[in-house]
Amino acid sequence: MSAPLLEVENLSIALSQGGKSYKAVEDVSFAIASGETLGLVGESGCGKSITALAVMGLLRQPLSLGGGRITLDGGDIHNLPPAKLRQLRGKRIAMIFQEPMTALNPLSTVGRQIAEMFVLHAGAGWSEATDRTVDALRQVHVPSPERRVKDFPHQLSGGMRQRVMIAIALACSPDLLIADEPTTALDVTVQAEIVDLMQELCAAKGTAILMISHDLGLVANMCRRVAVMYAGRIVEQQAADEIFERPQHPYTRGLIASLPRLGARIVHGRQRLQEISGVVPAITAFPAGCRFRPRCQRATDICQSNDPPPTPLPEDGLVRCHHHG
Amino acid sequence: MLAVLLRRLLNIIPTVGAVILVIFLLFSVIPGSFTSTGAEDGRMLDPQVMERMRKEMGLDDPILERFGRYVGHTLVGDLGKSFRTREPVTKLIGDRLWPSLKLAIAAMCFAILVGVPLGFIAALRPGSIVDSVSMVGAVSGLSLPQFWLGLMLMYLFGLLLGWLPSFGYGDGGPRYLILPALALGFNPMALLARTTRAAVLDVLNADFVRTARSKGMAETRVVTWHVMRNALVLVITTIGLQFGSLMGAAVVVEKLFSWPGLGSLLVDSVFQRDIPAVQGCILVIVLFFLVINTLVDLAYAVIDPRIRYA
Ligand SMILES: Nc1ncnc2c1ncn2[C@@H]1O[C@H](COP(=O)(O)OP(=O)(O)OP(=O)(O)O)[C@@H](O)[C@H]1O
Ligand SMILES: [Mg+2]
Repeated sequence: MSAPLLEVENLSIALSQGGKSYKAVEDVSFAIASGETLGLVGESGCGKSITALAVMGLLRQPLSLGGGRITLDGGDIHNLPPAKLRQLRGKRIAMIFQEPMTALNPLSTVGRQIAEMFVLHAGAGWSEATDRTVDALRQVHVPSPERRVKDFPHQLSGGMRQRVMIAIALACSPDLLIADEPTTALDVTVQAEIVDLMQELCAAKGTAILMISHDLGLVANMCRRVAVMYAGRIVEQQAADEIFERPQHPYTRGLIASLPRLGARIVHGRQRLQEISGVVPAITAFPAGCRFRPRCQRATDICQSNDPPPTPLPEDGLVRCHHHG
Repeated sequence: MLAVLLRRLLNIIPTVGAVILVIFLLFSVIPGSFTSTGAEDGRMLDPQVMERMRKEMGLDDPILERFGRYVGHTLVGDLGKSFRTREPVTKLIGDRLWPSLKLAIAAMCFAILVGVPLGFIAALRPGSIVDSVSMVGAVSGLSLPQFWLGLMLMYLFGLLLGWLPSFGYGDGGPRYLILPALALGFNPMALLARTTRAAVLDVLNADFVRTARSKGMAETRVVTWHVMRNALVLVITTIGLQFGSLMGAAVVVEKLFSWPGLGSLLVDSVFQRDIPAVQGCILVIVLFFLVINTLVDLAYAVIDPRIRYA
């Protein structure tokens, strides 16, 4: 593996609630090389979005950085003065959010919201920025971009808005794009288009992607490596094809088993989804020992008493389970 | 834009109709009349005179006939003659309208120019001294009765310091306007400070503000480019409502400061059972409210494209 572009080491995120401090995310480490694609997968509420926000330096009360290091090209980014950190944001690390409906300012034209990027980071004046905006919209395949720049967000469909978000994020050709469930809120037919578009543009610009999703299938298709997150921790990290063939953590197995099998469905009519029973525990009530224990079929006494340490797997992989394999 | 204006104007018509009906009905059912107060005062004891006046004013005609007459006259801008002065009500109101408007506008300018920035600063520095002081001020401002505030202002600036005239219209110059405008504008100012603060805090938590931050925008730019206009949409509603109800609130302040506005005309007319004048005043106040509401809707359309293109 080449020298990583982004390296997150032992990241923890503190949540202060009712005068107490909890760790919403703990001991999370991953690395992304230049131009690489890493998937971050897990159920709702396991801490994917706040991990992404931590990388962006955008955590706000009641959440805050609790410890660990985040480095970009070897330089620690969270000890940077705020003005320097702002210059990285948008220019070197960009982010696309889950909800295209609310992520754009309803009172500004989409053109203006894209043009801001050129004004902020490329030193362009508004008129030059507007010209470049038309190109940016063309790049994300928005039809008749000259007219669309004058549109307001409410005049666009969800898919179009997410294209605008991609145009904003990729406007300054960042080194890393964090895509936080960019397709969850969209129609299935539009989802594939958006993912393809993102991959195509990032490949052209050499932009690395941190792809966040709860859909292991999607992530495994587009990412070289996958990290599986559960209750604020990374429980397994492996190459994408490896994780499908030899999942090590019972949670990963559960995620794979719960993927709908298209072929099987056609043959047997309705195939029952094999889901993991139970829900992700709340941050304030993480169980002692292994956090997955209450939902795990393999759980034994040791899982209750001891927190499983990370076990290295070949090729920089890891798993956090007493009974892995 | 024009469509919004037209739609709003069309909406006004039924409202005005309803208001005319209510005003008319109200004053045909309430007990007491100009002639009866006259009798109580002992000024007009002669029953024959009373009889003649009732005839002249058409007070004993059937209700439908009176309503028809009232609507007909009102629609052509004839609000009748004052029972008291025998002058046309339109002239009475005309004399009072400008002082009233002047007072309302001055009070509202004060409320907006002080309240909105105060709310902004408070929201951008939550927990700061500005925030705590202005919000305590706003809460107490909301609970101070206007007449008390007016009296205090009169006492302090008029009597004690002698800086400003403490009552009357004088030459109509700004010196006379300041104290009543402060007294009238204080409550709306406090309310505006609070709504602005809440609106800004609300917008600061919006997803698109997070997007703006993720673009690498400095916080001041986030506020000027993305927060201000969105917060303004919320604030304008309050401005409109406050402005509209200011005419009603002005009754107390005008009376207190002997300000020759619609409010004091209304109060005087009520005490005299000068029903045409009362009806006229109420109609004008309601119309004012409707005009302000229309302006607010237009302001929305200017700011918010979702309404402009709806
Ligand atoms: N502002 C906040 N205040 C309190 N708790 C928060 C806040 N933001 C997130 N959390 C908590 O942190 C945990 C992780 O949230 P996060 O948004 O990262 O989940 P996620 O994995 O992205 O889920 P989803 O798939 O629903 O987006 C959740 O339990 C959530 O309740
Ligand atoms: Mg999320």
